[in-house]
Amino acid sequence: MSKQVFSVVTANDLLGGHVVYLSPLGTWVPEVRDAELIPDIARARLRLEEVTDDASVVGVYLAEMLPGPDGPRPMHFREVFRAQGPSAHARVPEVRHV
Amino acid sequence: MYEYDAFDDAFVRARVAQFRNQVERRLSGALTEEEFRPLRLMNGLYLQLHAYMLRVAIPYGTLTGRQMRQLAHIADQWDRGYGHFTTRQNIQFNWPKLKDVPDMLEALADVGMHAIQTSGNCVRNVTADHFAGAAADEIEDPRPWAELLRQWSTDHPEFQFLPRKFKIAITGSPRDRAVTRAHDIGLRMLNEDGAAGFEVSIGGGLGRTPMVGKVLRPFLPVADLLPYVEAILSTYNLLGRRDNKYKARIKIAVHEHGIEEIRRLVEARFSELRPLFGGGDQVRLAEIRTHFAPPVFESRSDDGFEAARRSDPVFRAWTDTNLSPHRQPGHAIVTVSLKAHGAVPGDVTSAQMRLLAGLAERYSHDDLRISHEQNVILPHVHKADLPALHAALLGAGLGTANVGLISDIIACPGMDYCALATARSIPVAQAIAQRFDALKLEHEIGPLKLKISGCINACGHHHVGHIGILGLDRAGVENYQITLGGDGTERTVLGERAGPGFSAEELLPALERLIAAYLEHREGPEETFLMAFRRLGAAPFKAALYPREARNAA
Ligand code: SF4
Repeated sequence: MSKQVFSVVTANDLLGGHVVYLSPLGTWVPEVRDAELIPDIARARLRLEEVTDDASVVGVYLAEMLPGPDGPRPMHFREVFRAQGPSAHARVPEVRHV
Repeated sequence: MYEYDAFDDAFVRARVAQFRNQVERRLSGALTEEEFRPLRLMNGLYLQLHAYMLRVAIPYGTLTGRQMRQLAHIADQWDRGYGHFTTRQNIQFNWPKLKDVPDMLEALADVGMHAIQTSGNCVRNVTADHFAGAAADEIEDPRPWAELLRQWSTDHPEFQFLPRKFKIAITGSPRDRAVTRAHDIGLRMLNEDGAAGFEVSIGGGLGRTPMVGKVLRPFLPVADLLPYVEAILSTYNLLGRRDNKYKARIKIAVHEHGIEEIRRLVEARFSELRPLFGGGDQVRLAEIRTHFAPPVFESRSDDGFEAARRSDPVFRAWTDTNLSPHRQPGHAIVTVSLKAHGAVPGDVTSAQMRLLAGLAERYSHDDLRISHEQNVILPHVHKADLPALHAALLGAGLGTANVGLISDIIACPGMDYCALATARSIPVAQAIAQRFDALKLEHEIGPLKLKISGCINACGHHHVGHIGILGLDRAGVENYQITLGGDGTERTVLGERAGPGFSAEELLPALERLIAAYLEHREGPEETFLMAFRRLGAAPFKAALYPREARNAA
């Protein structure tokens, strides 16, 4: 049996450029733990499709993640760094504009 | 220093106004990202991993105190209080908000700076020897030529859509401190029978297909520079491949057509263009030159310098590594290390920028340089002022005595910032610097250039590091490949790959074994790592990096 792929929809915020994730409520949130973890790839693609034209974000794509104790957990190190911010200058959480 | 005239100023301000309008239209939704992207890139605005990034050109690496202060102001006002100096004499601000960028560009225009042509397929910031106008070994200050090239290439209608980006580096000294052979055009000044000329090389470049530039003209009279460079650009514009981004640089055209054919085409085009220039460029050059008149140097005693060297070992160590010979007796070129052990190479805080601005005004004829090695240069310091200067630097964490040593690492931003990265480079640089500092070995190891890139684009120039490190993604894990024996001087040699890469954990011990092997095999402290490598070849170093393989083969 092939390993189940979980996905999260992610992008960069248009105004601030910071990393954002799509939450279960359909809003963009800065913390990966608040992201919606989508267990099936077809649904994930659909969610991606829905927000592709969202003008408040840039460069939407699907990132593979796994369920973790504190919500979605990035699999690839690039996504880990995107979630954490640069090692030398720890991420200052961005305030979400309304 | 060159100051914008009314034309330059009006041009830059018009571009800011244009961009302000474009940002407004983007924010209102009138422009899509697809439409906006090329417009923002034309103004040096990238979208990186965690934020936008504004790349600002520092033409020929030269800044006044006022400009440096303005960079500090920009960092405080619209960023997070620091900037990052790159290997191409740019400064990058890592955290701007889109709506603020027009204001940042306006603030740059106020001090005669801009971010134009720091991206895109055009002629990029023309880089120069960071010791220009000061080095004892220099024939002529190359910066008037660099400024002439900057003016000529800025918004040049024919060269805004080249097949690919185009980088030019220039040095006024036969000693190449500008890595000219790793540029699309490299210009190295030579003296022949008392006349100055440029050795013109083309097709150099690191990146995914690293190549050493080939000499197109061994000696071009200086006055022919502009028509000749235009002839190269116009030949490349026609010949360069537009079908494949990875084959679009001039180095591929040189590789595919051969240097002889390119030379034939360039020379033919040159003979058409040269009469058209009609001397206007030389008039402009003469005008530009007046801005680069050498400072009026003082002649006073430098007794205090020797006395301080005798009495203060910390000062002495710093003068041993961070000073270079100045053309003017009694003076020195000071390299201020931005590589305090554990610091991010090339990062500078706004407070440090302000301090450096003040020190330049006080001790260095209001002149600062940014080197491609990510350090700051105070080019004209009287030796009598060095003890006071050193004390001021020490107090701000800028007094590290390590220029040219193993901890004076060039590192690109890597995956801490860069969207193209395949691995991190900054933490690797920090760990190496801290480790060799803890071992108290770096002064014993002596001159060694270690350079790190976070992907094959090679912004960290790893191919020309005596030791180069390239960060890759191997099946979802960061992996670091070592190259050995690279050289970025006028000899220009690309390093050779030592073997399989190392994980982040294995890398540091591997480097320690490599350095231990060098110390064991060298003939004495005067034989540098690179010299030892050339004498011995790669074998003993590979054996140190891969002891298990070496044992199995034995
Ligand atoms: S070498 Fe790669 S990772 Fe480093 S700055 Fe250049 S593109 Fe980014």
